Amino acid sequence: MKIVGFLLLLTGWLLVLAAIVLLASPGSRAGFVLAGMTVEALGLTIVIRSHLILREEKR
Amino acid sequence: MPMPVPGLSETAMIVCLFFIFLVPFAGAGISLINAGLGRSRSAGHMMMAAISALSVAAIVYFICGFAWQGFIGKPGHIFTLSGKSWNWIAAEPFFFRGLALDGSPASLAALLQIFCVGLAALIPLGSGADRWRLRASCASAALLAGWTYPLFAHWVWGGGWLAQLGVNYGLGHGFIDAGGASSIHVLGGLSALAVTWILGPRRGKYSPDGMAPAIPGHNAVLVLFGCLLALLGWFGLNSAGAILFTGSAPARAVLIAVNTMLEAAAAALTAAVITGIRFGKPDASLSANGWVGGLVASSATCVFVVPAEAIVIGAIAGALVTFSVEWFELRLEVDDPGGAVSVHAIGGIWGLLALGLFARFHDPVLNVVNGALPVTGGGAAGQWLAQLVGVATLLGFVLPLTYGLNWALNRLCPFRVAIEGEQQGMDLYELGAGAYPEFVTHTEDFIPR
Repeated sequence: MKIVGFLLLLTGWLLVLAAIVLLASPGSRAGFVLAGMTVEALGLTIVIRSHLILREEKR
Repeated sequence: MPMPVPGLSETAMIVCLFFIFLVPFAGAGISLINAGLGRSRSAGHMMMAAISALSVAAIVYFICGFAWQGFIGKPGHIFTLSGKSWNWIAAEPFFFRGLALDGSPASLAALLQIFCVGLAALIPLGSGADRWRLRASCASAALLAGWTYPLFAHWVWGGGWLAQLGVNYGLGHGFIDAGGASSIHVLGGLSALAVTWILGPRRGKYSPDGMAPAIPGHNAVLVLFGCLLALLGWFGLNSAGAILFTGSAPARAVLIAVNTMLEAAAAALTAAVITGIRFGKPDASLSANGWVGGLVASSATCVFVVPAEAIVIGAIAGALVTFSVEWFELRLEVDDPGGAVSVHAIGGIWGLLALGLFARFHDPVLNVVNGALPVTGGGAAGQWLAQLVGVATLLGFVLPLTYGLNWALNRLCPFRVAIEGEQQGMDLYELGAGAYPEFVTHTEDFIPR
Protein backbone atom coordinates (compact mmCIF):
# COMPACT_ATOMS: atom_id res chain seq x y z
CA MET A 1 0.00 0.00 0.00
CA LYS A 2 2.87 2.34 0.81
CA ILE A 3 4.36 1.68 -2.62
CA VAL A 4 1.06 2.67 -4.25
CA GLY A 5 1.17 5.93 -2.31
CA PHE A 6 4.70 6.70 -3.44
CA LEU A 7 3.80 5.81 -7.04
CA LEU A 8 0.88 8.24 -6.84
CA LEU A 9 3.26 10.92 -5.56
CA LEU A 10 5.46 10.35 -8.61
CA THR A 11 2.45 10.28 -10.92
CA GLY A 12 1.24 13.61 -9.57
CA TRP A 13 4.65 15.12 -10.18
CA LEU A 14 4.73 13.81 -13.76
CA LEU A 15 1.26 15.34 -14.30
CA VAL A 16 2.62 18.69 -13.15
CA LEU A 17 5.56 18.38 -15.54
CA ALA A 18 3.26 17.36 -18.41
CA ALA A 19 1.04 20.37 -17.74
CA ILE A 20 4.02 22.72 -17.96
CA VAL A 21 5.35 21.16 -21.16
CA LEU A 22 2.16 20.39 -23.08
CA LEU A 23 -0.25 23.18 -22.18
CA ALA A 24 0.19 26.76 -23.28
CA SER A 25 -2.74 28.69 -21.84
CA PRO A 26 -2.11 29.91 -18.28
CA GLY A 27 -5.56 28.80 -17.04
CA SER A 28 -5.39 25.19 -18.18
CA ARG A 29 -1.76 24.98 -17.12
CA ALA A 30 -2.61 26.16 -13.60
CA GLY A 31 -5.61 23.78 -13.50
CA PHE A 32 -3.51 20.76 -14.43
CA VAL A 33 -0.72 21.72 -12.03
CA LEU A 34 -3.31 21.84 -9.25
CA ALA A 35 -4.73 18.50 -10.44
CA GLY A 36 -1.24 17.01 -10.28
CA MET A 37 -0.81 18.33 -6.76
CA THR A 38 -4.17 16.82 -5.81
CA VAL A 39 -2.90 13.43 -7.00
CA GLU A 40 0.22 14.01 -4.89
CA ALA A 41 -1.96 14.80 -1.88
CA LEU A 42 -3.84 11.54 -2.46
CA GLY A 43 -0.53 9.66 -2.63
CA LEU A 44 0.68 11.30 0.56
CA THR A 45 -2.58 10.39 2.31
CA ILE A 46 -2.17 6.74 1.28
CA VAL A 47 1.44 6.66 2.50
CA ILE A 48 0.39 8.17 5.84
CA ARG A 49 -2.57 5.76 6.16
CA SER A 50 -0.34 2.77 5.46
CA HIS A 51 2.07 4.01 8.12
CA LEU A 52 -0.78 4.27 10.63
CA ILE A 53 -2.13 0.81 9.75
CA LEU A 54 1.35 -0.63 10.23
CA ARG A 55 1.56 1.04 13.65
CA GLU A 56 -1.82 -0.38 14.66
CA GLU A 57 -0.80 -3.88 13.58
CA LYS A 58 2.36 -3.64 15.70
CA ARG A 59 0.30 -2.73 18.78
CA MET B 1 21.43 28.18 -22.46
CA PRO B 2 22.93 29.15 -19.11
CA MET B 3 24.27 32.66 -18.95
CA PRO B 4 27.63 33.42 -17.35
CA VAL B 5 27.38 34.95 -13.92
CA PRO B 6 28.80 38.45 -13.75
CA GLY B 7 31.89 38.54 -11.55
CA LEU B 8 31.75 40.08 -8.09
CA SER B 9 33.77 43.16 -7.20
CA GLU B 10 36.49 42.61 -4.62
CA THR B 11 34.39 44.32 -1.95
CA ALA B 12 31.35 42.22 -2.82
CA MET B 13 33.48 39.08 -2.73
CA ILE B 14 34.81 39.90 0.76
CA VAL B 15 31.32 40.75 2.02
CA CYS B 16 29.99 37.49 0.59
CA LEU B 17 32.85 35.53 2.16
CA PHE B 18 32.06 37.12 5.53
CA PHE B 19 28.42 36.03 5.21
CA ILE B 20 29.45 32.49 4.27
CA PHE B 21 31.66 32.30 7.38
CA LEU B 22 28.57 32.99 9.49
CA VAL B 23 26.70 29.95 8.10
CA PRO B 24 28.29 27.34 10.46
CA PHE B 25 26.48 29.12 13.32
CA ALA B 26 23.24 27.83 11.80
CA GLY B 27 24.62 24.30 12.05
CA ALA B 28 25.70 24.91 15.65
CA GLY B 29 22.25 26.22 16.49
CA ILE B 30 20.40 23.30 14.90
CA SER B 31 22.72 20.83 16.66
CA LEU B 32 22.09 22.41 20.07
CA ILE B 33 18.33 22.45 19.44
CA ASN B 34 18.39 18.77 18.46
CA ALA B 35 20.45 17.88 21.54
CA GLY B 36 18.28 19.90 23.91
CA LEU B 37 15.01 18.46 22.60
CA GLY B 38 16.27 14.89 23.02
CA ARG B 39 16.87 12.93 26.22
CA SER B 40 19.85 13.69 28.48
CA ARG B 41 21.13 10.13 28.09
CA SER B 42 21.54 10.70 24.33
CA ALA B 43 22.78 14.32 24.31
CA GLY B 44 26.46 13.51 23.72
CA HIS B 45 25.50 11.07 20.98
CA MET B 46 23.41 13.74 19.27
CA MET B 47 26.30 16.22 19.20
CA MET B 48 28.68 13.50 18.02
CA ALA B 49 26.19 12.58 15.28
CA ALA B 50 26.03 16.26 14.27
CA ILE B 51 29.82 16.56 13.95
CA SER B 52 29.93 13.24 12.08
CA ALA B 53 27.12 14.21 9.68
CA LEU B 54 28.79 17.56 8.95
CA SER B 55 32.12 15.83 8.31
CA VAL B 56 30.68 13.10 6.09
CA ALA B 57 28.55 15.59 4.15
CA ALA B 58 31.50 17.93 3.53
CA ILE B 59 33.78 15.16 2.26
CA VAL B 60 31.15 13.44 0.10
CA TYR B 61 30.07 16.79 -1.34
CA PHE B 62 33.73 17.54 -2.18
CA ILE B 63 34.15 14.14 -3.83
CA CYS B 64 31.04 14.03 -5.99
CA GLY B 65 28.31 16.40 -4.75
CA PHE B 66 29.57 19.55 -6.44
CA ALA B 67 30.14 17.56 -9.64
CA TRP B 68 26.38 16.83 -9.79
CA GLN B 69 25.30 20.27 -8.61
CA GLY B 70 27.62 22.58 -10.57
CA PHE B 71 27.07 26.28 -10.96
CA ILE B 72 25.68 28.62 -13.56
CA GLY B 73 27.76 28.75 -16.71
CA LYS B 74 29.36 25.37 -15.93
CA PRO B 75 28.73 22.31 -18.12
CA GLY B 76 25.53 20.33 -17.61
CA HIS B 77 23.60 17.40 -19.10
CA ILE B 78 20.80 18.94 -21.15
CA PHE B 79 17.98 17.31 -23.10
CA THR B 80 15.53 19.06 -25.35
CA LEU B 81 11.78 18.67 -24.90
CA SER B 82 9.34 20.42 -27.24
CA GLY B 83 12.10 22.75 -28.34
CA LYS B 84 13.03 23.77 -24.77
CA SER B 85 16.29 22.80 -23.11
CA TRP B 86 16.07 20.99 -19.77
CA ASN B 87 19.23 21.13 -17.71
CA TRP B 88 18.83 18.20 -15.31
CA ILE B 89 22.27 17.55 -13.83
CA ALA B 90 25.69 19.16 -13.87
CA ALA B 91 28.67 17.59 -15.60
CA GLU B 92 31.57 18.83 -13.50
CA PRO B 93 34.63 16.70 -12.71
CA PHE B 94 34.84 15.10 -9.25
CA PHE B 95 37.01 16.43 -6.40
CA PHE B 96 36.49 20.12 -7.32
CA ARG B 97 38.84 19.61 -10.28
CA GLY B 98 38.64 22.53 -12.68
CA LEU B 99 37.27 24.82 -9.98
CA ALA B 100 39.65 27.68 -9.19
CA LEU B 101 39.30 28.48 -5.48
CA ASP B 102 40.03 32.15 -6.09
CA GLY B 103 37.01 34.09 -4.90
CA SER B 104 35.08 33.67 -8.12
CA PRO B 105 31.27 33.28 -7.75
CA ALA B 106 31.58 29.54 -8.50
CA SER B 107 34.20 29.03 -5.79
CA LEU B 108 32.17 31.04 -3.27
CA ALA B 109 29.11 28.96 -4.16
CA ALA B 110 31.11 25.74 -3.64
CA LEU B 111 32.24 26.94 -0.20
CA LEU B 112 28.71 27.96 0.77
CA GLN B 113 27.35 24.62 -0.43
CA ILE B 114 29.78 22.64 1.76
CA PHE B 115 28.14 24.29 4.77
CA CYS B 116 24.62 24.10 3.32
CA VAL B 117 24.78 20.39 2.60
CA GLY B 118 25.96 19.82 6.17
CA LEU B 119 23.03 21.85 7.43
CA ALA B 120 20.62 19.72 5.38
CA ALA B 121 22.24 16.56 6.78
CA LEU B 122 21.76 17.81 10.37
CA ILE B 123 18.00 18.18 10.01
CA PRO B 124 17.01 14.46 10.04
CA LEU B 125 19.12 13.90 13.18
CA GLY B 126 16.52 15.73 15.26
CA SER B 127 13.74 13.37 14.21
CA GLY B 128 15.86 10.25 14.72
CA ALA B 129 16.94 11.31 18.21
CA ASP B 130 17.39 8.65 20.92
CA ARG B 131 17.24 5.68 18.50
CA TRP B 132 19.21 6.29 15.27
CA ARG B 133 22.58 4.50 15.19
CA LEU B 134 25.61 6.68 14.54
CA ARG B 135 26.97 4.74 11.56
CA ALA B 136 23.53 4.61 9.93
CA SER B 137 23.06 8.38 10.33
CA CYS B 138 26.49 8.92 8.73
CA ALA B 139 25.59 6.65 5.81
CA SER B 140 22.30 8.49 5.35
CA ALA B 141 24.16 11.83 5.41
CA ALA B 142 26.48 10.50 2.69
CA LEU B 143 23.51 9.61 0.47
CA LEU B 144 21.97 13.03 1.03
CA ALA B 145 25.22 14.90 0.33
CA GLY B 146 26.26 12.74 -2.59
CA TRP B 147 23.02 12.46 -4.50
CA THR B 148 19.70 13.89 -3.23
CA TYR B 149 20.90 17.36 -2.27
CA PRO B 150 23.16 18.05 -5.30
CA LEU B 151 20.48 16.90 -7.74
CA PHE B 152 17.75 19.17 -6.38
CA ALA B 153 20.15 22.04 -5.64
CA HIS B 154 21.30 21.89 -9.27
CA TRP B 155 17.70 22.31 -10.42
CA VAL B 156 17.31 25.41 -8.23
CA TRP B 157 20.77 26.97 -7.95
CA GLY B 158 22.84 25.38 -10.71
CA GLY B 159 20.87 26.63 -13.69
CA GLY B 160 18.64 23.53 -13.72
CA TRP B 161 15.15 23.12 -15.14
CA LEU B 162 13.31 24.61 -12.13
CA ALA B 163 15.31 27.83 -12.45
CA GLN B 164 14.68 27.72 -16.21
CA LEU B 165 10.88 27.73 -15.82
CA GLY B 166 10.89 31.50 -16.34
CA VAL B 167 12.85 31.60 -19.57
CA ASN B 168 11.43 28.35 -20.95
CA TYR B 169 7.75 28.60 -20.05
CA GLY B 170 7.21 32.18 -18.96
CA LEU B 171 6.54 31.25 -15.32
CA GLY B 172 7.65 34.46 -13.63
CA HIS B 173 11.38 34.41 -12.92
CA GLY B 174 11.39 30.63 -12.62
CA PHE B 175 11.49 28.82 -9.28
CA ILE B 176 13.26 31.12 -6.82
CA ASP B 177 14.81 30.28 -3.48
CA ALA B 178 17.43 32.74 -2.23
CA GLY B 179 18.48 31.11 1.05
CA GLY B 180 17.76 27.41 0.67
CA ALA B 181 14.21 26.98 1.98
CA SER B 182 13.71 24.23 -0.59
CA SER B 183 17.10 22.67 -1.24
CA ILE B 184 18.24 22.72 2.40
CA HIS B 185 15.17 22.80 4.60
CA VAL B 186 12.29 21.12 2.80
CA LEU B 187 14.70 18.50 1.47
CA GLY B 188 16.11 17.96 4.97
CA GLY B 189 12.62 17.96 6.49
CA LEU B 190 11.33 15.37 4.02
CA SER B 191 14.42 13.23 4.70
CA ALA B 192 13.57 13.56 8.39
CA LEU B 193 10.03 12.32 7.66
CA ALA B 194 11.39 9.33 5.72
CA VAL B 195 13.84 8.50 8.52
CA THR B 196 11.09 8.76 11.15
CA TRP B 197 8.84 6.40 9.20
CA ILE B 198 11.68 3.90 8.80
CA LEU B 199 12.85 4.10 12.42
CA GLY B 200 9.43 4.04 14.07
CA PRO B 201 8.70 5.82 17.35
CA ARG B 202 10.79 5.70 20.50
CA ARG B 203 9.92 2.93 22.95
CA GLY B 204 7.16 4.11 25.24
CA LYS B 205 6.15 7.02 23.03
CA TYR B 206 2.78 5.51 22.12
CA SER B 207 0.85 3.36 24.58
CA PRO B 208 -1.13 0.32 23.30
CA ASP B 209 -4.34 2.42 23.30
CA GLY B 210 -2.69 4.99 21.02
CA MET B 211 -2.10 7.68 23.66
CA ALA B 212 1.12 9.66 23.30
CA PRO B 213 2.65 10.73 26.61
CA ALA B 214 4.94 13.74 26.21
CA ILE B 215 8.67 13.07 26.38
CA PRO B 216 9.95 16.60 27.01
CA GLY B 217 13.37 17.76 25.88
CA HIS B 218 16.03 17.59 28.57
CA ASN B 219 17.48 21.13 28.33
CA ALA B 220 15.45 24.20 27.32
CA VAL B 221 18.52 26.43 27.74
CA LEU B 222 20.40 24.55 25.02
CA VAL B 223 17.36 24.77 22.76
CA LEU B 224 16.84 28.52 23.20
CA PHE B 225 20.55 29.33 22.96
CA GLY B 226 20.59 27.26 19.78
CA CYS B 227 17.84 29.50 18.41
CA LEU B 228 19.99 32.61 18.98
CA LEU B 229 23.03 31.00 17.36
CA ALA B 230 20.90 29.90 14.42
CA LEU B 231 19.78 33.50 13.85
CA LEU B 232 23.40 34.53 13.26
CA GLY B 233 23.87 31.65 10.84
CA TRP B 234 20.69 32.55 8.97
CA PHE B 235 21.85 36.15 8.48
CA GLY B 236 24.85 34.70 6.64
CA LEU B 237 22.94 31.99 4.81
CA ASN B 238 20.22 34.26 3.46
CA SER B 239 22.59 37.11 2.55
CA ALA B 240 25.22 34.94 0.83
CA GLY B 241 22.53 32.95 -1.00
CA ALA B 242 20.77 36.09 -2.22
CA ILE B 243 24.04 37.57 -3.53
CA LEU B 244 25.23 34.41 -5.26
CA PHE B 245 21.97 32.88 -6.51
CA THR B 246 19.64 35.79 -7.18
CA GLY B 247 22.16 38.47 -8.07
CA SER B 248 21.21 40.77 -5.19
CA ALA B 249 23.48 43.69 -4.42
CA PRO B 250 25.46 43.25 -1.14
CA ALA B 251 23.68 46.37 0.18
CA ARG B 252 20.45 44.34 0.20
CA ALA B 253 21.88 42.47 3.20
CA VAL B 254 20.31 45.13 5.42
CA LEU B 255 16.82 44.32 4.14
CA ILE B 256 17.59 40.60 4.36
CA ALA B 257 18.72 40.86 7.99
CA VAL B 258 15.68 42.94 8.96
CA ASN B 259 13.28 40.49 7.28
CA THR B 260 15.05 37.44 8.72
CA MET B 261 14.85 38.85 12.24
CA LEU B 262 11.22 39.94 11.86
CA GLU B 263 10.06 36.60 10.47
CA ALA B 264 11.76 34.69 13.29
CA ALA B 265 10.38 37.09 15.90
CA ALA B 266 6.83 37.00 14.56
CA ALA B 267 6.91 33.21 14.33
CA ALA B 268 8.24 32.75 17.87
CA LEU B 269 5.74 35.21 19.36
CA THR B 270 2.85 33.57 17.49
CA ALA B 271 3.90 30.17 18.79
CA ALA B 272 4.22 31.56 22.33
CA VAL B 273 0.78 33.20 22.16
CA ILE B 274 -0.91 30.11 20.70
CA THR B 275 0.60 27.78 23.29
CA GLY B 276 -0.14 30.34 26.02
CA ILE B 277 -3.82 30.43 25.05
CA ARG B 278 -4.12 26.66 24.62
CA PHE B 279 -2.06 25.41 27.58
CA GLY B 280 -2.23 28.36 29.97
CA LYS B 281 1.53 29.10 29.70
CA PRO B 282 3.81 29.63 26.70
CA ASP B 283 5.71 26.51 25.73
CA ALA B 284 9.48 27.03 25.37
CA SER B 285 10.17 24.17 22.96
CA LEU B 286 7.26 25.01 20.66
CA SER B 287 8.24 28.69 20.71
CA ALA B 288 11.76 27.65 19.74
CA ASN B 289 10.31 25.51 16.94
CA GLY B 290 8.29 28.54 15.83
CA TRP B 291 11.42 30.72 15.83
CA VAL B 292 13.29 28.29 13.58
CA GLY B 293 10.19 27.84 11.41
CA GLY B 294 10.19 31.61 10.86
CA LEU B 295 13.88 31.51 9.97
CA VAL B 296 13.22 28.72 7.47
CA ALA B 297 10.39 30.66 5.83
CA SER B 298 12.65 33.70 5.65
CA SER B 299 15.17 31.73 3.59
CA ALA B 300 12.79 31.84 0.63
CA THR B 301 11.39 35.33 1.04
CA CYS B 302 14.09 37.40 2.78
CA VAL B 303 15.09 39.61 -0.15
CA PHE B 304 11.77 39.82 -2.01
CA VAL B 305 9.35 41.16 0.62
CA VAL B 306 8.99 44.33 2.65
CA PRO B 307 9.33 44.12 6.46
CA ALA B 308 5.57 44.34 7.12
CA GLU B 309 4.99 41.36 4.86
CA ALA B 310 7.84 39.53 6.59
CA ILE B 311 5.95 39.84 9.88
CA VAL B 312 2.80 38.35 8.31
CA ILE B 313 4.78 35.50 6.73
CA GLY B 314 6.58 34.81 10.02
CA ALA B 315 3.36 34.83 12.04
CA ILE B 316 1.73 32.32 9.69
CA ALA B 317 4.89 30.16 9.79
CA GLY B 318 4.78 30.17 13.60
CA ALA B 319 1.12 29.09 13.65
CA LEU B 320 1.67 26.38 11.02
CA VAL B 321 4.65 24.94 12.89
CA THR B 322 2.88 24.96 16.25
CA PHE B 323 -0.20 23.13 14.99
CA SER B 324 1.69 20.74 12.71
CA VAL B 325 4.01 19.56 15.50
CA GLU B 326 0.94 18.37 17.41
CA TRP B 327 -0.71 17.02 14.26
CA PHE B 328 2.29 14.92 13.30
CA GLU B 329 2.79 13.64 16.85
CA LEU B 330 -0.77 12.86 17.86
CA ARG B 331 -2.72 12.27 14.65
CA LEU B 332 -0.09 10.83 12.32
CA GLU B 333 1.99 9.05 15.00
CA VAL B 334 5.22 10.48 13.65
CA ASP B 335 7.60 10.59 16.61
CA ASP B 336 9.81 13.55 15.75
CA PRO B 337 11.53 14.75 18.97
CA GLY B 338 13.20 17.73 17.28
CA GLY B 339 10.10 18.81 15.34
CA ALA B 340 12.26 18.70 12.20
CA VAL B 341 9.44 17.75 9.83
CA SER B 342 7.17 20.59 10.95
CA VAL B 343 9.87 23.22 11.28
CA HIS B 344 11.85 22.54 8.12
CA ALA B 345 9.40 20.88 5.72
CA ILE B 346 6.19 22.76 6.62
CA GLY B 347 7.97 26.07 7.36
CA GLY B 348 9.96 25.79 4.13
CA ILE B 349 6.97 24.95 1.95
CA TRP B 350 5.09 27.90 3.40
CA GLY B 351 8.05 30.20 2.68
CA LEU B 352 8.24 29.03 -0.93
CA LEU B 353 4.52 29.59 -1.48
CA ALA B 354 4.64 32.94 0.34
CA LEU B 355 7.29 34.08 -2.12
CA GLY B 356 4.80 33.47 -4.93
CA LEU B 357 2.18 35.49 -3.07
CA PHE B 358 4.19 38.43 -1.77
CA ALA B 359 7.33 38.76 -3.90
CA ARG B 360 8.36 42.17 -5.18
CA PHE B 361 11.29 42.24 -7.53
CA HIS B 362 13.09 45.52 -6.90
CA ASP B 363 16.15 44.62 -8.96
CA PRO B 364 16.43 42.43 -12.02
CA VAL B 365 16.53 38.89 -10.67
CA LEU B 366 19.43 36.81 -11.85
CA ASN B 367 18.03 33.41 -10.81
CA VAL B 368 21.08 31.77 -12.31
CA VAL B 369 19.77 31.39 -15.85
CA ASN B 370 17.67 34.37 -16.54
CA GLY B 371 20.18 37.14 -16.78
CA ALA B 372 18.38 40.42 -16.45
CA LEU B 373 14.66 39.77 -16.65
CA PRO B 374 12.47 42.85 -16.53
CA VAL B 375 11.46 44.11 -13.11
CA THR B 376 7.88 43.02 -12.47
CA GLY B 377 5.27 43.66 -9.83
CA GLY B 378 4.56 41.41 -6.87
CA GLY B 379 2.57 38.22 -6.74
CA ALA B 380 2.46 37.47 -10.46
CA ALA B 381 0.46 34.33 -11.30
CA GLY B 382 3.40 32.89 -13.23
CA GLN B 383 5.71 33.21 -10.25
CA TRP B 384 3.12 31.54 -8.02
CA LEU B 385 2.88 28.64 -10.50
CA ALA B 386 6.68 28.30 -10.64
CA GLN B 387 6.78 28.05 -6.85
CA LEU B 388 3.98 25.43 -6.96
CA VAL B 389 5.96 23.36 -9.46
CA GLY B 390 8.95 23.48 -7.11
CA VAL B 391 6.86 22.33 -4.14
CA ALA B 392 5.28 19.58 -6.29
CA THR B 393 8.79 18.41 -7.21
CA LEU B 394 9.82 18.25 -3.57
CA LEU B 395 6.77 16.20 -2.60
CA GLY B 396 6.44 14.11 -5.75
CA PHE B 397 10.08 13.39 -6.52
CA VAL B 398 12.32 14.18 -3.55
CA LEU B 399 10.17 12.45 -0.89
CA PRO B 400 9.90 9.09 -2.77
CA LEU B 401 13.60 9.32 -3.69
CA THR B 402 14.83 10.01 -0.17
CA TYR B 403 12.46 7.39 1.31
CA GLY B 404 13.60 4.79 -1.24
CA LEU B 405 17.29 5.48 -0.66
CA ASN B 406 16.97 5.39 3.14
CA TRP B 407 14.76 2.27 2.99
CA ALA B 408 17.43 0.47 0.93
CA LEU B 409 20.16 1.74 3.24
CA ASN B 410 18.24 0.44 6.26
CA ARG B 411 18.40 -3.05 4.72
CA LEU B 412 22.18 -2.86 4.45
CA CYS B 413 22.91 -0.95 7.64
CA PRO B 414 20.03 -1.15 10.15
CA PHE B 415 18.99 2.28 11.38
CA ARG B 416 17.51 1.43 14.73
CA VAL B 417 19.58 0.76 17.81
CA ALA B 418 18.99 -2.42 19.83
CA ILE B 419 16.43 -2.32 22.66
CA GLU B 420 19.13 -2.25 25.34
CA GLY B 421 20.68 0.74 23.58
CA GLU B 422 17.45 2.68 23.87
CA GLN B 423 17.01 1.70 27.49
CA GLN B 424 20.61 2.46 28.42
CA GLY B 425 20.79 5.65 26.36
CA MET B 426 22.69 6.25 23.14
CA ASP B 427 25.59 7.91 24.96
CA LEU B 428 26.62 4.88 26.98
CA TYR B 429 25.58 2.30 24.41
CA GLU B 430 27.27 3.77 21.34
CA LEU B 431 29.91 6.12 22.76
CA GLY B 432 30.72 4.48 26.09
CA ALA B 433 30.39 7.71 28.08
CA GLY B 434 27.54 9.99 29.08
CA ALA B 435 27.22 13.68 28.26
CA TYR B 436 26.74 14.63 31.92
CA PRO B 437 28.90 12.18 33.92
CA GLU B 438 28.91 14.30 37.07
CA PHE B 439 25.13 13.95 37.36
CA VAL B 440 25.34 10.14 37.46
CA THR B 441 25.24 8.62 40.89
CA HIS B 442 27.85 5.90 41.26
CA THR B 443 27.18 3.41 44.02
CA GLU B 444 30.86 3.27 44.95
CA ASP B 445 30.63 6.94 45.99
CA PHE B 446 28.55 5.81 48.94
CA ILE B 447 30.81 3.01 50.06
CA PRO B 448 32.46 4.09 53.33
CA ARG B 449 36.22 4.17 52.93
